[in-house]
Amino acid sequence: MTTRVRARRGRLPLVLVLPALLGLAFLVVPLAGLLVRAPWSTLTDQLFSEEVGQALTLSLVCASLATLVCLVLGVPLAWLLARSDLPGRGVLRALVTVPLVLPPVVGGVALLLVLGRRGLVGQYLDAWFGISLPFTTSGVVLAEAFVAMPFLVISVEGALRGADPRDEEAAATLGASRWLTFRRVTLPAVAPGVVAGTVLCWARALGEFGATITFAGNFPGKTTTMPLAVYLALETDPGAAIVLSIVLLLLSVTVLVSLRDRWISTPS
Amino acid sequence: MSRSLRAVALVSAAVLTLAGCGSSDTGASAAGSTGGAAVSGEITVFAAASLTGSFTQLGKDFEAANPDAKVTFNFAGSSALAQQINEGAPADVFASAAPKNMTDVTGTGAITDDPVTFVTNTLEIAVPAGNPGKITGLADFAKADLKIALCAEQVPCGAAAKKVFEAAGITPAPDTLEQDVKAVLSKVSLGEVDAALVYKTDVKAAGDKVEGIEFPEADKAVNEYPIAACAKAPNPDGAKAFVEYVLSDKGKAVLTKAGFGAP
Repeated sequence: MTTRVRARRGRLPLVLVLPALLGLAFLVVPLAGLLVRAPWSTLTDQLFSEEVGQALTLSLVCASLATLVCLVLGVPLAWLLARSDLPGRGVLRALVTVPLVLPPVVGGVALLLVLGRRGLVGQYLDAWFGISLPFTTSGVVLAEAFVAMPFLVISVEGALRGADPRDEEAAATLGASRWLTFRRVTLPAVAPGVVAGTVLCWARALGEFGATITFAGNFPGKTTTMPLAVYLALETDPGAAIVLSIVLLLLSVTVLVSLRDRWISTPS
Repeated sequence: MSRSLRAVALVSAAVLTLAGCGSSDTGASAAGSTGGAAVSGEITVFAAASLTGSFTQLGKDFEAANPDAKVTFNFAGSSALAQQINEGAPADVFASAAPKNMTDVTGTGAITDDPVTFVTNTLEIAVPAGNPGKITGLADFAKADLKIALCAEQVPCGAAAKKVFEAAGITPAPDTLEQDVKAVLSKVSLGEVDAALVYKTDVKAAGDKVEGIEFPEADKAVNEYPIAACAKAPNPDGAKAFVEYVLSDKGKAVLTKAGFGAP
């Protein structure tokens, strides 16, 4: 069957293949640069050091929790943007993408101004509940979620707008409530979009640096995620920084590839 | 500083100095014709980032005193500047924030004059305006219930902080180890931490939002700033004159006002 399809499609057009290969090289060659310059002899020492283990665990936990936050808040938000008749949806949609264009450090300052000890909301959290978010692991999760959520919302919203609303209407005529329709009809229909968005969101959260160090600070075991450890290692030991980057890279690629095999079924 | 930024700084420095070469030739002849003591031409000064405010001011004053001269600055981390000079960026003057970076340059022969220490910078306790944590001295940094910010040990201000804590026999309880001194300062000015250790000049630059508290152990980590004219300065007369201006009473006044100490 594959051969038949290929025969029908004919040869791959060079106009597409050349820029595609160039694009691939552009993305992959810097990684090769890292691999070439890595001090492999110290790799194992670095890998099993306590600091790296701590930073790695913290990165994985925080990125996963941030993704969870994004899913819980982001999927309903995407649904609201795609399906509701809210006035000014265009403006809302633009606002959702703000964290994408905002330099992450500015995002971190913005979070401090709202959720910091003297922030608009943070001062009441501190005074009423004794909750202080900066310099805590929760702060890392928040900073990562802030930066990563737009990736999820945009993916899911795109999927929702591509899905056929007639299925939902059919469910409604059969007496299903909007919540039941959402769960049993809408969500399954956009599942690939949700998975793709989740993967993007997780990957972005895992690599987050600017908002994290600005809002949550840097303290080993509490808020030092891998990207922060890499940055500080660059100051004194560029070799170690490269090794740490590679560790983060291998781990994220492994997770993403295995997830892909597990959940994103390619239509045969 | 990232590698790419360094590269950009290097390229721009090279362009600036090339431009400097061209104008310094014409400048020298102009000075010859007037026959005065005033120097002329472009003077390229490589200076540590912490000198940005005070040296920009000094440059303007110098140009006012020498109307035919034009001072161009390349402000960056001292280690990056030392690297650039050693790689051949034709600077006229190098002002470093640490003796080590100056030694890197004298070691290769890029500077043959004896460097002169022109200012010192010491650490100071920085607290938000009003001192909400009621900080009185270095001992308060050991209190776990206070929010404390320090520089990470990997960067110079963190290394200096480590020295003073060791000298004082205090184990600090920081909540965050920031990537540079400016990040520490912003946490203080936003009121997110009760106390931090930064340089005196940073407290001065922060204005009303930050208050400084001096402490005796600061003497244990005094940062010396050496300055010298480069051996291959494209504008040797200009280089010499600028170094002399920095060391003059007028230069000292500007630097002292910025919070620097006398050597």
